[in-house]
Amino acid sequence: MKRAFPILGVLTAILLSYALYLALVVAPTERTMGDVQRIFYYHVPSAWTAFILFFINFGASVFYLIKRNPAADIVALVTAEVGVVFCTVVLVTGPIWARPVWGIWWTWDMRLTSTLVLWLIYVSYLFLRRFSSSGQTPLLAAALAVLGALCVPFVYFSIWFFRTQHPQPVMGGGGSIDPRMLHVLLINWLAFSCFAYLVCWSRYRLEKLQRDVDHAHALESLLAPRGSVR
Amino acid sequence: MTAPTGITRVTLLKDLRLEWRSKDAINSMLFFSLLVVVVFSFSFDPSAEESRQIAGGLIWVAFLFAAVVALNQTWARELRNQVLDAYRVSPAPANSLFMAKTLGNFIFVSVLEALMTPLFIVFYRLRALGPAWQLLLVAVLGTWALVVNGTFFAAMSLRTRSREIMLPLLLFPISIPALLAMVQSTTAILNGEGARFWIVLLVTYDLVFTTVCLLLFETVLNAE
Amino acid sequence: MNKTYYLFAAYTVTWIIHIAYLGTIVRRYSHLKREIEELKKPGVSS
Repeated sequence: MKRAFPILGVLTAILLSYALYLALVVAPTERTMGDVQRIFYYHVPSAWTAFILFFINFGASVFYLIKRNPAADIVALVTAEVGVVFCTVVLVTGPIWARPVWGIWWTWDMRLTSTLVLWLIYVSYLFLRRFSSSGQTPLLAAALAVLGALCVPFVYFSIWFFRTQHPQPVMGGGGSIDPRMLHVLLINWLAFSCFAYLVCWSRYRLEKLQRDVDHAHALESLLAPRGSVR
Repeated sequence: MTAPTGITRVTLLKDLRLEWRSKDAINSMLFFSLLVVVVFSFSFDPSAEESRQIAGGLIWVAFLFAAVVALNQTWARELRNQVLDAYRVSPAPANSLFMAKTLGNFIFVSVLEALMTPLFIVFYRLRALGPAWQLLLVAVLGTWALVVNGTFFAAMSLRTRSREIMLPLLLFPISIPALLAMVQSTTAILNGEGARFWIVLLVTYDLVFTTVCLLLFETVLNAE
Repeated sequence: MNKTYYLFAAYTVTWIIHIAYLGTIVRRYSHLKREIEELKKPGVSS
């Protein structure tokens, strides 16, 4: 299991480099936006990856609520954290893309706004994790994750209708996509998915190790002979 | 065995009686309502035409802050007297306690809103161009949305450090769809436009979140 | 040329964010490794 990690790491690095090459060189230049449009190949896969990670977080949280499985709790924590990282990338690359194309840093368009709210929900989840005392954290966090995930459809619906009433420039270009661009997009998504998997795996191992060490500390103070308080 | 609704009623009446007896709470509520409206009037000039257009949003932000203030002290009394431990060991279902708390908060926040609304109407010279009864419906649905999640998160925040800041931190993001609906429907009704989509959204939101909070409250209460 | 600057900024920022996060994982990992060494020492609970 451990040996696979460096191999997968190297493979992922190669895949990421190939994906980058495709995005910068091979993909056709967009007609209206020019080269700046290539941000799309990083912006969109990051968004998809974040959504998948948050979905896994929901699944792991429900599983934890039913089975109280500690591994599920770690998976929930890890996917939320890594999901927030990818979501941050989306929220940063979005404005960097918008500025040269639309002249403004931010627009309350459907996709960016929904992503922002999603980010807020999962950051609040991470705050709960950080501020809650360790005994109850997994349960409380799992409950919050369920509420947060259920909120997501409402977020999309409400912002969609809001934007239909008050239209704004749509970022990220809707409509059909050139098949060559789609190919590059999918390769980048695959590369980032592998990368996300490895990051989650590392974070999982770290968290597992942290908890084992904490248990060891707890045991040590329980079993320490009297009068040996450090 | 007392029925769950019986427990809810008893707990609710107890809370209301306690609030009513401590006149401090009522006086501070009155003054708080006035302060909020005055502060908003200084921040958003009521004589400006734009302010009347965003009055829907202003009112709901004011209500939101009033709700957070009310919710933060929702469990404080229970915590002081170890009442929560008593609830945990009693055979009473956790749902009943949750409903009682939520209804109590709902009444509490509604009173605050009822005090603030006339002030807003007077200060901002508001007039409803649409059917005014719909405004009442939106107020009820919106307040319930804030209070049901708020009571749940207040219970969660009990076991965290920085308890008071945790509540808004958790409540605000999840309330965003409901807030959007409240503000948009209020503005629409004030301007004589249709608000059906937003009202339906609020109803759905209330149903979904009330159900899930009821289902999960037992877990949160007993988390130890 | 101006617009391409934004493209490279976006890609760079993406990797800065990812590397920063990986950095926190690595840092905490080495912290833990040190703690484990401490725990393993025989004279720990004197």
